[in-house]
Amino acid sequence: MERPRMSEPFDAVPPVMPRVARHKVGGLIAALRKEFLLQWKTRTQFMAVFVFGATSLLLFSFAVGPNSEALRLYSAGFLWLGLLLSSTLTLAESYHAEMENRALEGLLLLPSDPRALYYGKAIANWLQLALLGVGLVPVMVVLYDAGTTDLLRLLAIILLGTAGLSAPGTLYAAMTSQARAKQTLLPLLLFPLIVPALLASVKATSLVILGDPMQQLPSWISLLTAFDAIYWSLCGLLFGRVVEE
Amino acid sequence: MRRTLPPAILLAIGAYFGFVVAVAQFHGVTAFSLGLPSGVIATLAAGCGVAGAIWFLFANDQLDSWRPPQILIGLALLCLISGSYYGLFVAPPEQFMGDVQRIMYVHVPTAWNALLAMTLAFACAVIFLFRGDYKWDSRMEGSIESGVVLAFLLCCQGAIWAKPTWGVWWDWDPRLTTTAVLLFAFLGILALRKFVEDPARRAIWSAVATIIAYVDVPIVYFSVRWWNSLHQQQSSPGTVSKQFWLPLRLNAFGILFLMVAFIMLRARLASLRLKQEMAPPLPEMAELGEAV
Amino acid sequence: MQDTLAIDAQNLARRYGRRWALADVSLQIPHGRVVMVAGRNGSGKSTLFRILSTAIRPDHGSANILGFDLVKQRYDVRKGVALLSHYSYLYESLTAAENLQVFADHRGTPRTGLKELLDRVRLGQRADDAVHTFSAGMRKRLSFARILLQRPRLVLLDEPYGQLDPEGFALVDEVVHELQTFGVTVLLATHQLERGGRLAEDAIVLEQGRLIWQGNPQFIPSAARDQWSGRA
Repeated sequence: MERPRMSEPFDAVPPVMPRVARHKVGGLIAALRKEFLLQWKTRTQFMAVFVFGATSLLLFSFAVGPNSEALRLYSAGFLWLGLLLSSTLTLAESYHAEMENRALEGLLLLPSDPRALYYGKAIANWLQLALLGVGLVPVMVVLYDAGTTDLLRLLAIILLGTAGLSAPGTLYAAMTSQARAKQTLLPLLLFPLIVPALLASVKATSLVILGDPMQQLPSWISLLTAFDAIYWSLCGLLFGRVVEE
Repeated sequence: MRRTLPPAILLAIGAYFGFVVAVAQFHGVTAFSLGLPSGVIATLAAGCGVAGAIWFLFANDQLDSWRPPQILIGLALLCLISGSYYGLFVAPPEQFMGDVQRIMYVHVPTAWNALLAMTLAFACAVIFLFRGDYKWDSRMEGSIESGVVLAFLLCCQGAIWAKPTWGVWWDWDPRLTTTAVLLFAFLGILALRKFVEDPARRAIWSAVATIIAYVDVPIVYFSVRWWNSLHQQQSSPGTVSKQFWLPLRLNAFGILFLMVAFIMLRARLASLRLKQEMAPPLPEMAELGEAV
Repeated sequence: MQDTLAIDAQNLARRYGRRWALADVSLQIPHGRVVMVAGRNGSGKSTLFRILSTAIRPDHGSANILGFDLVKQRYDVRKGVALLSHYSYLYESLTAAENLQVFADHRGTPRTGLKELLDRVRLGQRADDAVHTFSAGMRKRLSFARILLQRPRLVLLDEPYGQLDPEGFALVDEVVHELQTFGVTVLLATHQLERGGRLAEDAIVLEQGRLIWQGNPQFIPSAARDQWSGRA
């Protein structure tokens, strides 16, 4: 039987697009496709993390007691703490596939722009966390009687807040997945850093749920946006140094 | 001699404006001020003092001699003892807060130096990422550790001040809260250094983490200030009024010298450890003149 | 004008902790050669390959790979070099075909001809099976498919015969022959000295991170041969 052969000689490679155009956008799209494919394949893990998040919300209510007023007052805080704790799981998990067989190094050698890889992963983590956040809202509504009709604003806050978790989280998870004591190290590094995002998200969510008589919401949203802008650019710049040897 | 002379001159200028003039003013003698306004004097004191100390640090931390840190520690003790004397016994008690306010003579200098240590760490991190020279990594490690110690002291002092003043140990003052967050962030970086064995990775990763943490400091400050302002009055420790600058300056220089001495010692320790962890240069490389 | 040397390396050195894994290695390899790299475990073969493929940076020394500087023009070097490493660089939860698609996307090449590639390495039947069900030999073959996908001008094969059965050995030989006909430079690190010797025109020997011998593969000193091929 005739063995299949490489049909074209090696020097007839496809015409090379200008490097910038090809790798800035194409690289990002390739990275996003891979991330979504990987997330789809491991979707049961997402369900597990969701259950973890919901359980934490339940535990918070046990910690406070059956005081529905207090629960409602602090519901925003519980939601975001639950999201924060769950994020350590999703962020760490996002690198598990990359480090098993050093796939990330393989991609870098293809070659890939490290920034494209970073943004692909950060965006994928962001969307996963946002989905988690949206999923936990009904749990919050039920457990803490903390509903709101202003769903669009709530969604915006969830998107901005989880973006603030995802950017530095993706960078730190790249480091900690290769260090010892990985489970402890990621929260240790991440939690102090995201204090502004946490503060702003909790305040903003609280205002949406409990009412905003003094129109403070825009200032918290701007703080969140500024935090996101700074960290999405800074971490993208530094990612290359972290993953290249 | 060349290493110590220029920074020592700067330090001397800073010391002159820092306390010779201040001691004289305290006791009513204005001749030493050379006719300069007090703002200029303060800037010269702080600028020359800090610049001189840091220059001294960079010039001497890779040496084998114990003399530079010893000198600094000696000077530091002198400053701290005299500063404490002036602050505790000579300076009059404050109008509203009484003797409790005396903690400001330690609290404010510690705050300045903690921020200075963190800024130094940030600068060393940036320089390391650009240059790749490991002595900057050692200096960064020393700065972070000193900064952590100072930040911890700051939080303790803040609590000690808050209890008699407000009745609670922690009053969520924006500056103090930012310090607490900073403390945890840099403790995390020290933990990162402990858990990464490869020296190259450890250096790069902790430099990256330091940059990210430092950039966060102003953001944390503003967000906590916003957050706090909605609930209670700005409860920052009162500023110190003009005639009480002397103990403040003495302690500031004292802690500065102490901190720089510790960073010097710590950086040298880190350099020695790196030398032990990394293979000594190959004989061929030594011939080519390349250093570790 | 193309450079005549595929690899032009001077004084490469790299340490891991207290040990110099590679010490003062200089190498000149013209285009289109097949070179066998022999040496004991721990002699620095993998480190050398990782440096030449830009996976890691050297602590000392410099090199021009395919005419590009190793450190300053990493991106360009990577476009022309493919590395078969101890690490498979595979995603366990994806199928063989999906893994190749991911590689093609990141490489910037279209997703065509992947099925043929898998047939070439005799994984056509398992194209839609997840990699975590693969044996070590199958992963190796999938890694070969990745190499071929990259259409490199320089190929670094680190222990290509490892974990393969005799049919796999034949596949490696075929692939190296084919690469040779296309003028691709191949560096082959192996303990299989006879097999490698038949494929290669030149051989270099590493010992404790240093290049101690260079020449025709048939003349590798026989006393050391036994040691290096693991029989001693």
